[in-house]
Amino acid sequence: MTLTVPQQSPPAPQSLQPTGWLRYLSFSVDHKVIGLQYLVCGFAFYLIGGALAGAIRTELVSPISDFMPRDVYNQVLTLHGTVMIFLWIVPVVNGAFGNYLIPFYVGARDMAFPRLNAVAFWLIPPAGLLLISSYFITGAAQSGWTAYPPLSLTTPASGQIIWILSVLLLGGSSIFGGINFIATILKLRRPGLKLMQLPMYCWAMLGTSILVVLSTPVLAGTLIMLSFDIVAHTGFFNPGLGGNVVVYQHLFWFYSHPAVYIMVLPAFGLVSEILPIHCRKPLFGYTTMVYSIMAIVVLGLVVWAHHMFTSGTPPWMRLFFTIATAFIAVPTGIKFFNWLATLWGGKISLNSAVLFSCGFIVNFVLGGITGVALAQVPFDVHVHDTYFVVAHFHYIVYGGSVFVIFASIYHWYPKVTGRLMNEHLGRFHFLLTFVGFNLCFAPQHWLGLNGMPRRVAEYDPQFQLINQFSSVGALLMAISTLPFLWNVIASALQGEIAGDNPWNALTPEWLTSSPPPVENWKGEAPLVTNPYAYGTPENEIDLNSVSGSDLWRNGQ
Amino acid sequence: MQIPSAIVTLVLGMLLVLGGLWIGQNINLLPVDASTNAPIYDELFRVLFSIGTILFLGIVGLIIFSLVRFRRRPGQLGDGLALEGNLPLEVFWTAVPAIVVLFVGLFSYDIYERMGGMAPLSHGDHGGAMPAEQRIWGGIGSSEISTTSSTSLLQPLPVEVTAMQFAFLFHYPDGDIMSGELHVQAGRPVSLRMEAKDVIHAFWVPEFRLKQEVIPGQPTVLDFTPTRPGRYPIVCAELCGPYHGGMRSTVVVDSADDFNAWIQANRKPPVQEA
Repeated sequence: MTLTVPQQSPPAPQSLQPTGWLRYLSFSVDHKVIGLQYLVCGFAFYLIGGALAGAIRTELVSPISDFMPRDVYNQVLTLHGTVMIFLWIVPVVNGAFGNYLIPFYVGARDMAFPRLNAVAFWLIPPAGLLLISSYFITGAAQSGWTAYPPLSLTTPASGQIIWILSVLLLGGSSIFGGINFIATILKLRRPGLKLMQLPMYCWAMLGTSILVVLSTPVLAGTLIMLSFDIVAHTGFFNPGLGGNVVVYQHLFWFYSHPAVYIMVLPAFGLVSEILPIHCRKPLFGYTTMVYSIMAIVVLGLVVWAHHMFTSGTPPWMRLFFTIATAFIAVPTGIKFFNWLATLWGGKISLNSAVLFSCGFIVNFVLGGITGVALAQVPFDVHVHDTYFVVAHFHYIVYGGSVFVIFASIYHWYPKVTGRLMNEHLGRFHFLLTFVGFNLCFAPQHWLGLNGMPRRVAEYDPQFQLINQFSSVGALLMAISTLPFLWNVIASALQGEIAGDNPWNALTPEWLTSSPPPVENWKGEAPLVTNPYAYGTPENEIDLNSVSGSDLWRNGQ
Repeated sequence: MQIPSAIVTLVLGMLLVLGGLWIGQNINLLPVDASTNAPIYDELFRVLFSIGTILFLGIVGLIIFSLVRFRRRPGQLGDGLALEGNLPLEVFWTAVPAIVVLFVGLFSYDIYERMGGMAPLSHGDHGGAMPAEQRIWGGIGSSEISTTSSTSLLQPLPVEVTAMQFAFLFHYPDGDIMSGELHVQAGRPVSLRMEAKDVIHAFWVPEFRLKQEVIPGQPTVLDFTPTRPGRYPIVCAELCGPYHGGMRSTVVVDSADDFNAWIQANRKPPVQEA
């Protein structure tokens, strides 16, 4: 595919914005700068959250509470959950890749509301610093990332209030981002580009942003009521004052279950971009992929009470939420079968991006299977709030979303820097992460089934050996970030020059220079009506690319 | 001479299903069962484990096969086949998971009913001090089992459970016994009425496969019938503060004689302890 770019002399730069690396510390309104700000900021918080996870796994090496005081342990697990969800996965799969890619995909020069976009990003560092600093100043919140009252009303108030403030800021950032994505995808499409011609990631971000805009305000309202209970001694959730603690759980999970889809739907979209390019095949079943995203969005809003099967829920409610939850497996299954069909018959380059994508499929399928099991009330009543659930959701959010984040970094790194990452180091990184992750979390299924509850600093000594396996896995995961970090830094300085389009991709972000110019394209944006037009038709097989047995099998 | 791929696929599929069934039926991941609903739970677990194993091994097998068979060989150029979709195939893999999910849902509903989960929660008989309009929510109860099985001759043993940071207290209205351990009789239904004093706790006995949150301001009930004499842990499963991990107790399932002896030894203390 060749593109003739009309030669224009660019107007002389007359920017008030800083240029060079200082852009990344500025209130830049360039969507590519903001995307990278999200990514780097998110990764810094990932390292912090990972250190907190390391502290948890160190404590759990022995069955007694000996590594840190018990209240500090609860602060650490609260911070770990909050940091990983609100400061790493949500900002990175939405904010980082969304901001970088969506304007390219719709053929726009920037997001719909560039200043709002910058505001959305710049809410994150102060919120994150506030959250982390609460540990050093007053002691962080101790009631878990769920902050269930009455525990959140009775633990030290200052840490809990700072936690609420921080989550409110992050929720605001998320809502601003969601509005921006909806507006950009629906209103800023290049003339001639139809909705059903958009790359799949646009659909994933549209669905995700709808969930963000519908459900995050509910969390914000709930947390404001919780803060009133703490500060002004109102009685919304305080049973001593006639409040109801179960209502909080309903309101909290009305956001926090969709939050799982806010973390995984963009990952689904990113995988749908990566696989066709490296398999040299069209994305299988585009239309059903779009409908299954929308089905997940609708169903995702009506399943929240499956987190409450052991609290006060009447039987009919348990039944309804069991069925609704289990049915999410159907649209999710469609997506997975479509990816498998995309792999089938391709010419797959086994590079780091593909390996991480396939690792994601394997991990997420296991997490999905345990998810369908957990949806069944009688099953859940035994394993709810145990390490089985811990294993399940780490298979979803780490084995799912974080694997996709790594795949995406390997895939789009040449776009951002113009240089390729080292493949050998990348595959080594994949191997360490995959083995470490499964060693860490697979044994936790057994722990939960056999009686180890989650969020404990001390446990029955019979579980010690399995917990030590798990901690070794966590250590491997920690080590696995080292080759990755080295790869990112070394490749930026002396990586192989990638050229503009090293993967021969057809999606619009590759039809410009690498790294792209400030307004994305010199000249007009290309019109890409079929972003997945890879592959050779069945009747005209390229003789260079097939082996003799292929020809023989096709009878030619 | 090559074996037709349809036959290879069929044989592989059969091996996969048989292997999954064997794994699901023969690999035990659960602790001993000690209540009437634990064997029912284990039945559900084996079905889910079998289906899950078949699905997981099948998909992992497909991925590994695809990555090996369709990998790009050195020097190979060009694209794969331009397959954009296949509607009958899409319908197939929408319908099959839908049917499996529906089957699992119906099966687990049946399990749930056999455990007594759908039984109306009318526990007005014990706790007369409670206002009539106060709702009690509860977990899975075995009240249906207890009325149909042979053990129904025995009256359910009512126990009032109080959860607080960081202990469970058990009060037996018959005999006015206060205890830190739960003593129950094998084969006799138990009806727990639970209340929390401070924050949310959860009452979990892994060997009974039962868990119910204990909620302040919201009494909850839990019915079960222990079967296997022994000592089993009671675990608090809801984060309740710094000593959450240490909030454990023991349920002692006694034979009828031992249980009566325990009741006799503990009932009506001459001076009510504070």
